[in-house]
Order: sequence, then structure tokens, then C-alpha cells
Amino acid sequence: MKACVQARILAASLLCSGAVLGASQALAWEPTKPIEVVVPFSAGGASDQMARTIQGIIQKNKLTTQPIIVVNKPAAAGGEAMLDIKDSAGDAHKLITTSSGIFMTPMTTKLGVSWTDFTPLVMMAQDAFGLWVNAKSPYKEPKDLLAAAKDAKPALKVGGTGSKREDQLLVIAMEKASGAKFSYIPYPGGGAASTQLAGEHIAADTNNPSEEIANWRGGATRPLCIFSPKRLPYDAKVVGDQSWGDIPTCREKGLDVSYEMLRGMFMPGKVSPEQRDYYVGLFRKVAATDEWKDYMARNALVPDFREGEAFLEFLKKDELHHKDLLTQAGFLAAN
Amino acid sequence: MTIQNEAGADVAAPEGGLSRRAVELTVAALLMALALMVLWDSYDRGAGWTGAGPENGFFPARIGWIFLAGAGVVLVNAVRQPPGVFVSWQQLGQVMRVLVPLVIFVALIKPLGIYVSSALFIIGFMLIAGSRNKVAILLAAALVPLVAFWIFELQFRVPLPKGPLEAFLGY
Amino acid sequence: MENLASLIAGFELALSWHNVAFMIIGVLLGIVVGVLPGLGGPNGVAILLPLTFGMDPTSAIILLSSIYWGALFGGAITSILFNIPGEAWSVATTFDGYPMAVQGRAGEALTAAFTASFIGALAGVVLITFVAPLVAQFALRFGPAEFFAVFLLTFCSFIGMGRENKAKIIVTLALGFLLAAVGMDTISGDLRMTFGVTELMRGFDFLVVVIGLFGVSEILLTVEEGLHFKGKRAGIDLKVVLRTWTALPRYWGTLLRSSLVGMWMGVTPGGAIAASFMGYGLARRFSRNGAKFGKGEMEGVLAPETAAHAAGTSALLPMLALGIPGSATAAVLLGGLMIWGLQPGPLLFVEQKDFVWGLIASMYLGNIAGLIIVLATVPLFAAVMRVPFALVAPIILIICAIGAYTISNSIFDIWLMLIFGIVGYVFKKLDYPLAPLVLALVLGDRAEDAARQALIGSEGDLGVFFSNGLVGTLMVLAFVLLLWSPMIEGLSWLRRRLLASRPSEAHN
Repeated sequence: MKACVQARILAASLLCSGAVLGASQALAWEPTKPIEVVVPFSAGGASDQMARTIQGIIQKNKLTTQPIIVVNKPAAAGGEAMLDIKDSAGDAHKLITTSSGIFMTPMTTKLGVSWTDFTPLVMMAQDAFGLWVNAKSPYKEPKDLLAAAKDAKPALKVGGTGSKREDQLLVIAMEKASGAKFSYIPYPGGGAASTQLAGEHIAADTNNPSEEIANWRGGATRPLCIFSPKRLPYDAKVVGDQSWGDIPTCREKGLDVSYEMLRGMFMPGKVSPEQRDYYVGLFRKVAATDEWKDYMARNALVPDFREGEAFLEFLKKDELHHKDLLTQAGFLAAN
Repeated sequence: MTIQNEAGADVAAPEGGLSRRAVELTVAALLMALALMVLWDSYDRGAGWTGAGPENGFFPARIGWIFLAGAGVVLVNAVRQPPGVFVSWQQLGQVMRVLVPLVIFVALIKPLGIYVSSALFIIGFMLIAGSRNKVAILLAAALVPLVAFWIFELQFRVPLPKGPLEAFLGY
Repeated sequence: MENLASLIAGFELALSWHNVAFMIIGVLLGIVVGVLPGLGGPNGVAILLPLTFGMDPTSAIILLSSIYWGALFGGAITSILFNIPGEAWSVATTFDGYPMAVQGRAGEALTAAFTASFIGALAGVVLITFVAPLVAQFALRFGPAEFFAVFLLTFCSFIGMGRENKAKIIVTLALGFLLAAVGMDTISGDLRMTFGVTELMRGFDFLVVVIGLFGVSEILLTVEEGLHFKGKRAGIDLKVVLRTWTALPRYWGTLLRSSLVGMWMGVTPGGAIAASFMGYGLARRFSRNGAKFGKGEMEGVLAPETAAHAAGTSALLPMLALGIPGSATAAVLLGGLMIWGLQPGPLLFVEQKDFVWGLIASMYLGNIAGLIIVLATVPLFAAVMRVPFALVAPIILIICAIGAYTISNSIFDIWLMLIFGIVGYVFKKLDYPLAPLVLALVLGDRAEDAARQALIGSEGDLGVFFSNGLVGTLMVLAFVLLLWSPMIEGLSWLRRRLLASRPSEAHN
């Protein structure tokens, strides 16, 4: 630290960080000012809740010496936040939470940014998607809904978050797999879609478990199937005698569509390996806490913690997968 | 001390100033140019009505036309307007005494951070406004940024733009 | 009756010493974040949220919701004193509140605003206490078409054709709509009107525009006459509170109307911002003093404040009962609920009785505490007007800049604020009305989204806006309000014609 102080005096405008100072590299890096966590979605959404939960866990267990600040930058489907992180290359006090928007937003909007501009840290979990209908609706299985959709005029309405993003891709995949036709209605968030479903304004939605659980438990909506490759690993009762694990996968029920979405943490590019390792270690500790496990179970997140090479491999594969999906749907931005 | 407007506001006529008609015309012309940009952008993206309702340029394009027409009417009305003074030269001078420091303040935020530029802004503004008490000026210039720093950075953890001074101090 | 018993139990819980202490701390903090445009209820709540994880959920929510009440009260202060709305829903408060302050009636305006907030909030809490489940069900009936109809109703109740230059009203209204459309379009996922500028993809934030149009431009206008404040200095003592209160009963009609509008908008959930504009618009139209609105009429402060707070409070109802946040602060609170292990939704009222009724009781008590605290500060804030202009003006401008920056941590927004300050200055001098611009900016894209969601669902069939009783009624009501003034004018013209023609007939 002494070296740091000297460096400050010598070069007032330089941040005292390992990247700048070869001398302090022997020491493990520690943050020297508050850490900003950028959430590319608005307050109250699933990404925001995850960031605030992590913030709470870190502060409660005193995992860092510096406070954590959550900053929401929801504009342009997260594009603004991504450009901000790209511009902050080298800033080791800034993190960003990510979902698959990290692939899709640049692909659909021509923004000059990619996840390779960032430093991947960890994947905390994957988020599942369900096919939900109103509790009063006659549909018992996915095939009932699909059969009804084939005859419906005007087409049955399916709600989801935003446009040209994961929810709409799911609906298109369902159309491809079944031959039925839906009207996809974009809402600003999963909460709004869930409420619209409870009020019978749409026939179904494709929400994440965390977005739909309130209405499921309240008896307003219910799941037909889950779009994960295998059932969710939670057997605690959620509603009546049903647990998350009791919901069949869509594949089991003859609707061959499967999709999960990463929930990860990145930091800006051009940071030192020590800085990266510090945060990887931090999130490893977060993931091991009971609070985090509770949070995962409550929101039915799919446990899939990855770091280092494993995360990188995953990202490369997932990016190609999304490019495929967007190409098929015709959503790639024309260059 | 009573606060009263400077006597003589009613004898503005001989003083001269920016012509109201000229400003009206300029504003209306600018608004019409803006409307044309909107229309160009909207039709470029598609402003029709497809099977699934309106395209994303539909509403902006319709409103763009209304905007263009409205601004056109304003323009025509402005031509027929009797001559008048938009702002007298003396008033404009007063406005500039605030506006110029304000623009400099905003321009300095990026290089110096908001706290240092605030201090400079207060000093500059108070000198221009005719404060003669140097102690008061320096006190205000020091206290306001410090209190702001305490509230925003330390208490509420709202990061504001910071410059080399803050970096030097370790923030 | 069962509700009453639960409420009394809730009062016992909320009235414990430490909960009352949390309430007072929360309200004070809330006023601070409400006064500074750079901070808002969400900031206060978000910052304290981590601190509350160790507390029991009831104390935690009392602390946090008190910040919410404090912020609601605080938003009016800068609107009235400096024409700078601290929160979006205080914009309509500036229309008459600031002229009152300029006339030296700042104390009166502040008292009126605070009391109106209290009355509105109380109306909202009573609604929550007695009809929560029923109302929550009603909110579910709002699909895209109904939302569009509510926004249309707000426009129609506010706009109507005034005496101002009609072409200029249309221009500013259209400009507001167009500004609202800039940035990413939710429905298509495309960027609109950004012309390749990355900063523009965020769109124009309402508060940045409003801080510039109202706050900065007002300072520019003020200094034309010299570097000092406009208007007279306010007399400052607490007697002004009592004097204002004695005048209040006269306005019971406006208070009642605004409370109803606010509760309706809060539940539906059209939101506090729409409610404040609608409350103001309806009061201007139906009050005997309507013609004097905008020149410092107390009723013009009461109407929007009551409506905004009735809506802000009622908005907590859908959050508790359905899990939909009605505002950004409510969204952060919602996140808090989940961190404490509480699942908002229809079951909250059943599973967490203590918590819910403790919260509802704290709404009553928090508002009473809030009212007492803010009224005590009236002389303090009115005294700000006595600080020399040379000192206050730069501070106001610095606070404006901070406020504009913090909305999305962007220096670009400070430049935008400055530009809109100049635009506001020019527009005010050329008699372009600013209110329609602001209203269109805040509701324009939401109205457009709702309309397009409805039309996607109906595959382009416009009949969707008249497809059921609810949406049909709202649409008809909107058109009636829009045509109200022309209709009245037409009728009186007819009557005059008839009266004029009758004697002439007698002659024949």
C-alpha cells in the first residue's frame, strides 16, 4: 500500500491499481473505492433483484471492505449499460450483471459492442422459462393450448418482456415446433405480463419463475410446462402439493422447445488478472452462502455456477446459439 | 430593503433589442426542420399499417405531419405579427451574465469533476453578481461542494462525476 | 369489521417506541431526498434497504415506507419555491405554486401542498384499509386497450382548447409526443429517431427536460430584471399554517374530486404523474376560479397534490396485492419484500397479516408524522427566499445539474438540461405553453405502447377500443371531456341566439 500512496503523489490522475503499478502485483488486489454494479434493466426486474440480493449478501457477510452500489441503466434494452462498461475499460470498480441480452441487444440494434469487450467473471446460475396460462383457462397441457391456437381467430395472444428478445424467441420456437400461430404482445417487464395473464388479457406468457411465482401462488395463473432441458431441482412445495420440480418439461409434453438464460457477472475489459481473480473469488464466496441458496430456491434458478474456461466455453456456445435463433426469426439487424 | 423592479421597465421601446418577429420566425423554422427530420426518420423505418397494427414509425409520422403543419401556421402568423422586442439588449446582457458562467460550469464538469467546477462556478457567479465580501464567497465556494460531497458520495453513495482532485484524494 | 380489528392490532405494533423512532427518521430522510432533485424516494429506499436486512420485516417496511411518505411531501418544496419539480408528479404543482411564491405567498402554498398531500394520502390509505381485495381484482380488468383509454382520458381532461394560441398548443403537444418517442421502442425493439447518436438511444428523460424547461429557464427569465429574485419576500411564521387551513374547507369539492381521481389512477395503475395532471385539469375546468388558474390560485396547488398522493398511496395496493410495482420506489420496496422472504401477491394478506396491517397502520401514522414535520419546516423553507440571490442561484443551478446527471449518470444529460433551459426561456417568452409538452412527454410513449399492444392483439382492428363496457365508457368520457368547452360554448352561443332572436320575433 505504501507504493500505492507514493504513486498517488507522483501521478495524481492515475488510479492506484495493479494494472498501473507493476510493483504491487505481488499483493492480492483489493478494491479501493465503492464498487458500482450496473444493472442493464430497470429497478424491480429479475436482474435488479439479483444484483440487490448479491449486494445485501456481500454487505451482510462483510465480504468486501468497500460498499457496493447498484446503478440501473435500463435504456435500449441494456445497450446503454453495455456501452458504458465498454467505455469504462480498465475501471476495476465497475461490474455489470448480464442475461442473454448481452448477445441479443448488440445483434438486433447494430450497437458496436460485444461481450468480448468485457472481462467475464462468473455465471451465477441459469434462469428457466415456463409456459404459463390463466388458472381458469381450459388448457391442461401444452397440446391443448397449441390446438386452441391453431383454430383461433384472431390468433391467441402470448405476452412476454420486450421485443426481439428471449420471450419472443420462445414464442417463435413454439410456432415452429407446432405449426400454430400466436400474436406476441411485448410488455415492459415480466411483472406486467403476469398481471395481464391474471386478468385474462392474454392467453399465455413465457415468464421466468421469479416473475410468475406471485400469481401462481395466488391461484391466478399456473404452469403448463417448463422450457428447460430437464426438470427443476427443487422439491419444496410451492403451491398446494406442487413443487417446482413437479412441473414437466415442455419436451416431455411433446413441445420440443428448450431454452435457458444465463445470469452472470462481467467487468470492463483491460483489467489485470489479479483484479479479475478478486471478483471471481468474491462471487464464489457469495454463491456459497445460505442466503444465495435460499434466493436460488425461491426464484427457481437452475444451479450452474461457472468460472474461468468453463464460463468462456459456455459463452462462446451460447452466443452462436442465440445468433442462430435470431437469424431464424429474422431479427438480426441489417448492416 | 424593498425588492422592486428597476424603475423604467416601461420605457423599453426606445432602447431596442432582439426583434420578436425574427425570433418567432427562427424558432418556427427550426421546428419545421425538426419535423422534417422526424418524417424522414419515420418513413425510413416504415410508417404504415400492417396486419399486426401500426409500424413503429406510424404514430411519429402522423404526429410529425401535425407538428409540421402547426409550426407552419406559427411561421405564417409570425410574418403578420406587428414588430416588437423579444428581449432588450440590456436584458439579454443580464441573461448572458448567468448563461455564460453556466455553460462554462457544465463544460468543466467532465475534466474537473462536478465538485471543483461547482466551487469555481460559485466564485464566478458571485463575483459577477456583485458580491464584494471575499470571505463569504470563499466560504460558499468551499462549503457547497463539501456538503454536496458529504451527502451524495458519503451518505447516499450516489457517484457524481469526479476529476483529478478527487482521484488524488483517493476517491 | 375484521379489517378494523386487524388494523387496531397493526396500530399497536406500529406504535411501539422503536417503530415510531424509525418512522420519524424515515420521514426526515425522505424529505431530504425528496427536496434534492438528484435523489428520490428510490435512492433513499435503495440505500437503506441493505441496512434493514437485520431488522424484523415490519420495522423495516415502516422505516422504508416512511421515506416514501417523506419524499412525497418533499417533492413539492422545490416546485413551489424555485419552479423546479423534485419529482415528476410535482410538475403540475408548479403551475400555481410558483406564482404564489412569487407573490410572496410561499408559506401558504407550501401549507396547502402539504395538507393536500396528507388528505390525498389518507384517502388512499382508507381505500387500502377497507376495499383492498376488491380493488385489486378491479385492477386486473385493465388490458392494453383500457390503459390507452385511461391515458387518452388524461390528455383530454388536461388539454381542452384554452385561450392560448392554438397552433402553439398543437406544436408543443406534438413536440412532447415526438420527444417521448426517441430511443428504444418497446413494441418493435428498434431504435427510433436517434440519428446514430448513442446518447439519444436512452431517449429524453422526463426529469431532465423538466428541470431545464422549468427550473433553468425560470432563472434566466428572473435575471432579465436584474440579479435578484422576482417578487416579494414571504412573511414567515407558523400562523400562516392556521390561516391557510381555515381557507381549506371552501375547496372541499376539489379535494374530493382529486382524491377520487388519484385513487382511481393509483389503482388502475395510471400512476401518480397522470393523476396530478388530471386532477389539475379537471379542477381548472370545473372550478369557479378555473379562469384564474396558473396565476397563483391555491386550488391549483391543492388539486394536483391531492391527486398525486392519493395515487401514490393507492399504488402500493397493486404492489401488495398483485406484486405489480406502481412506481420506481414501490419497485425497490418490492425487491425488499422478497429479500425479507415475503412474497408479494394475493396471499400476502393471508399469510403475513401482522406485516400487512403493521404497514397499513404505519401509513396512517407515517403520514401524520410527515405532515407535522413538514409543516414545522414551512418557515425554514420559506426563509430560503431571503438568502441573497447571488448565492442561491448558483446553488440551485448546481443542484439542477446534479439532478439531471444522477437520473442516468450521464454528463450528456446536463447539456440537455442546459439546452432545454434555453428552449424553455425562448418558449416562455414566445407564449408557447409548456404544460402540453410535459404531459405528452411523460405519457406519450406509454399511450402509444398501450395502443399498439391492443392493436397487435386485435390484429389491427380498431374495434378493440370499444370492445367492452369499461374501455368504451372511458373512451366516450375522454371525448366528452375533449369536447366539453366547445360544447359549453356552443350551447351558450345557441342560448344567446335564441334569446336574441326571440325579441326580434316579437317585433315581427
